[in-house]
Amino acid sequence: MTAMTRREWLLSERPASRRQARLGQAYRTWLTFRSNWLAMVGLGIVLALILVAIFADVIAPYNPVIGGDLRTARFLPPLTGDHLLGTDDLARDIFSRIVHGSRLTLMVVVLVAVIATPIGLLVGTTSGYFGGWVDTVLMRITDIFLAFPRLILALAFVAALGPGIENAIIAIAITSWPPYARLARAETLTIRDSDYINAARLQGASSARILWGHVTPLCLSSVIIRVTLDMAGIILTAAGLGFLGLGAQPPQPEWGAMIAAGRRFLIDQWWVATMPGIAIFIVSLGFNLLGDGLRDVLDPKARK
Amino acid sequence: MGAVMLDADDLHVTFRSGGDTVKAVRGVSFAVARGESFGIVGESGSGKSTVLRAICGLAPTTAGTIRLDGTPLTDPRPASFYRHVQMVFQDPYASLHPRHTIDKVLSEPLAIHGFDRREERIEAALNDVGLGGDFRFRYPHQLSGGQRQRVAVARALILEPEVLLLDEPTSALDASIQAEVLNLLDRIRAERGLTYLMVSHDLAVVAHMCDRLVVMQHGLAVEELTREALAAHRAETDYTRKLLSASEGYTPAEAS
Amino acid sequence: MTPLLTVEDLRITFPTRAGPSEVVRGVSFTLGRERLGIVGESGSGKSQTGRALLGLTPPPGKATAKVLNFDGIDLKNASAATWRRLRGARMSMVMQDPKFSLNPVMTVGKQLLEALKFGAGETRAEARVRALAMLEAVQIRDPERVFRAYPHELSGGMGQRAMIAMMLVTEPDLLIADEPTSALDVTVQVEVLRILDALVRDRGMGLIFISHDLRLVSSFCDRVLVMYAGRVVEELKASELDKAQHPYTRGLMNCLPKIEGGVRPLPTLERDAAWAL
Repeated sequence: MTAMTRREWLLSERPASRRQARLGQAYRTWLTFRSNWLAMVGLGIVLALILVAIFADVIAPYNPVIGGDLRTARFLPPLTGDHLLGTDDLARDIFSRIVHGSRLTLMVVVLVAVIATPIGLLVGTTSGYFGGWVDTVLMRITDIFLAFPRLILALAFVAALGPGIENAIIAIAITSWPPYARLARAETLTIRDSDYINAARLQGASSARILWGHVTPLCLSSVIIRVTLDMAGIILTAAGLGFLGLGAQPPQPEWGAMIAAGRRFLIDQWWVATMPGIAIFIVSLGFNLLGDGLRDVLDPKARK
Repeated sequence: MGAVMLDADDLHVTFRSGGDTVKAVRGVSFAVARGESFGIVGESGSGKSTVLRAICGLAPTTAGTIRLDGTPLTDPRPASFYRHVQMVFQDPYASLHPRHTIDKVLSEPLAIHGFDRREERIEAALNDVGLGGDFRFRYPHQLSGGQRQRVAVARALILEPEVLLLDEPTSALDASIQAEVLNLLDRIRAERGLTYLMVSHDLAVVAHMCDRLVVMQHGLAVEELTREALAAHRAETDYTRKLLSASEGYTPAEAS
Repeated sequence: MTPLLTVEDLRITFPTRAGPSEVVRGVSFTLGRERLGIVGESGSGKSQTGRALLGLTPPPGKATAKVLNFDGIDLKNASAATWRRLRGARMSMVMQDPKFSLNPVMTVGKQLLEALKFGAGETRAEARVRALAMLEAVQIRDPERVFRAYPHELSGGMGQRAMIAMMLVTEPDLLIADEPTSALDVTVQVEVLRILDALVRDRGMGLIFISHDLRLVSSFCDRVLVMYAGRVVEELKASELDKAQHPYTRGLMNCLPKIEGGVRPLPTLERDAAWAL
């Protein structure tokens, strides 16, 4: 091959291999995504969250759980000494706690996405594709789950299984999938009778093959968008559970629990509750911006 | 006329949705000989496309029988049925999966039916429809309408069927592209001795492509004609005559 | 005869990632009170030409022209208010698919009255009489029923007629019909064309008929513009289509299959890069 830049190779209208076609497609999507600066900000925030979670031990200057001298180091305001964001009532460095708390936040986000998305996709596409009684049964089950308010079900769940971040995640995941199932079902209904699905049937493809290979890829993008946009809500629910004392347990540095603990000192030591609140705000905003950007790129209906 | 390849005997198709029943096809019979090209002409709502869909199992056969090579078809169709009968759809913009490359479109049927020498077959199929290997790893949105329809033809041919069902294969295409696709279909039939069953609203296209045709209206077969009879405008029924005159273009007013 | 519409050097550009792309490149013609056909394949710019005449070039597209004159009104520098006054009242457009052009949640009658409201100051009852008369004029057998019906309750042919009635109820001087019949069956198509024909003859309306169907256009229109790659490659009288000079026009004619039987294989159109220059 003569001098062909990587960019030209990727944007080639005549890809010569499967890999080049797939990468080229991904690169085009990336180019569109990149032109949306708000989405790039969102992506930056989410990437920063991931990096902070991975390198929490390196970034955090103090131990997040064990505090300093209770006589001298309690309620230090931000920018005192090397306590960037100050310290709390147990003389723990708030910055270190927020940095370590990002691990819990990321865990919630990832686990909920990993549990809820496949369930939603599977139930939704199956229901939409087969229709009839399969649809009725699956959708009524979805309705039942949809009927519970998320926080209340999570409360009941945690009450039954005992408090803890794991149970909170399970509770959130169980209440999160029904909207994805509905979305996937609606998408499936619009493509179920399209000619390319008929064509696949005429090739003798089995239902499983059509569902997995033809229907799911088309539902995936809208579900991913929805999941990303929901992430902010999921983080807030997890924080809410933490705030109510039903999520992460002390001394775990969960952001919601930190706000709950700082609430008592809000008037005099405002930073104790405010700093984790800002962290929640920034990360939620990041996911929302990312979701909006993904929608512009992936959702064919939103495109002009 | 040689041995019968595909025949329908008093075919009925009724759709039920809610309380409504729609009798889309109400007793249609025809027989297509091996190697013949047979046309079904009609306007929208005549049930012409439903006949094709009933043959390949996409629409329910309410009554009557469809036989392939003398054997009545069972419902659902066995996988081997699709080795013998394939279909080309009307709209090439709707019949290709938007996220699948041409390579994937063509390799999937081969994988389903366990064909060997897949690479060779894909290359050959693309060459057969005049596209060449250059197109193999492109996505449908990178192709024009005519190129997409060529891919759809390649997909139908890759399983080496004996019967090709053509559902208005050129009505979504420009006139110049239509000519190319019709020529392609014509050449492939000559080369492989395929049997065609073609549905169209365009009398001229059917006259060009088919040896015999049946005119359908409101789910019924109105009239069966040979190409020669059609060319000479020897139609028996008023409806066919009306279709013929409308196909000639605009006439200021009815002479009668 | 003073022309109803004069277009000179109409150009329409759309910005793309690879720079601006010109889809219509210098189209000029005049229209009297006659039936003018614009024929071309998809992407020839024929539909964009029709839209630009009504100031409906979809953004981010830009339409420019040296002259764009409708009955003495300069459309090139027309204000939004001028466009509003002209559109619907004096110039109308019929689109390809009635399903997308009629409001699905309003009865046909209500939409007809809506169109009339911007016209003369008359009472509702008078407007209703006019609307019903228009529905009758487009060969709708039971105008009262169609007046009360919602668009989805009508068949394709009926819907298209209702659409045409809506566009014509204000008695425009210019009608742009973009593939008005290609979604219809051939037998219905003839009837719809007869309605348009009668309107041109009886009311002296100017009609621009945009279509990909050369055979139909040549049998229906007085004059035909053949467009290719954003340009008019040939302009001729419809009756003299068989004397077409341009290889593109001839190619388009020849590649159509004929009921009487023709050549096999069909002659295909060999495109010459020089045509697009």
